[in-house]
Amino acid sequence: MSDHSSAKSPLPTYFAVFFALLIGTALTVYAATLDLGKFNAPVALTIASIKATLVALFFMHVKGASEKLTKLVVIAALFFLLLLLGLTMTDYATRLWN
Amino acid sequence: MQNNASSAAAVQADAHGEAHNPALLHHFAEPQQQRDAASLGMWLFLATEVMFFGGLFCAYLVYRRWYFGDFAAASKSINMPLGATNTAVLICSSLTVVLAVWAAQTARRTLLLVSLAVTMLLGLTFLGIKGIEYKDKFEEHHVPGASFSFQNVPIPGHPDQYADPHHAQLFFSLYFVMTGLHALHMIIGLGIFLWLFAMAWKGRFTPEWHTPVEIGGLYWHFVDIVWIYLFPLLYLIDRHP
Repeated sequence: MSDHSSAKSPLPTYFAVFFALLIGTALTVYAATLDLGKFNAPVALTIASIKATLVALFFMHVKGASEKLTKLVVIAALFFLLLLLGLTMTDYATRLWN
Repeated sequence: MQNNASSAAAVQADAHGEAHNPALLHHFAEPQQQRDAASLGMWLFLATEVMFFGGLFCAYLVYRRWYFGDFAAASKSINMPLGATNTAVLICSSLTVVLAVWAAQTARRTLLLVSLAVTMLLGLTFLGIKGIEYKDKFEEHHVPGASFSFQNVPIPGHPDQYADPHHAQLFFSLYFVMTGLHALHMIIGLGIFLWLFAMAWKGRFTPEWHTPVEIGGLYWHFVDIVWIYLFPLLYLIDRHP
């Protein structure tokens, strides 16, 4: 890669993501002390998902991946995970158990 | 191929190893393709890991929905500041991992060695804090089994109701399996990084070839992502006073 050395340093991005992750952690701890009723879990999971996306995109280099197949594998893994969780939870949430 | 005119080409073909980039395996066209193939393989493995942990997360979510109050009471007994500290420790280790990968890419040997060593130290710190947490749970008889005890613990938000010990035991089963499996991944990760450190010490990694650092980094970040979900789900179900 001839332009490898001339590419601009990724370090500012890495440190920005690092601080965003720390802030996200503090935020999720703070949010847990609030009484948000039904929204406690969605808020916690949203913050966690934003953090996970930041790690995947910038630390695991999914964003800069030159191979499209890598992105396809990531999306496929997410798709099947959501299928597993989504279908199971819609089933359990809508059945009349009692 | 025997005459003088083509001897230069013949020599180059014979001296295949020297003429080509030694870091490039023969079945790849160029270094970029070789790197892409390695990270694609790792991502396929991580996809299976997503499903591996996904099953546990699914079981957790179903029972949490059913026994929400009992799960909240059990979750409140875990030492939350230790869990939050461990989250920060893992985030710091993810930073040192990207620094290690960057150091390998840019041939910074000292930074590579220091980053790998700090990553291992942070990993050990995580496991140490985890050990303190487990010790507390053993002492409080919160480990599922014959000596399990979770009597007269009020459900958060319902001070007049006590948590069902059986349902709380279910929470702790999931807690120990999920954090235990995560800790096992951390221990494997520490082994990988010890090997990376030895390879880096011998100067095996170059800007052309440092695939193990990248692949090992992907693994470490994945384990970090699992913890990013475990922390709010297990420690922060219902913490408001």
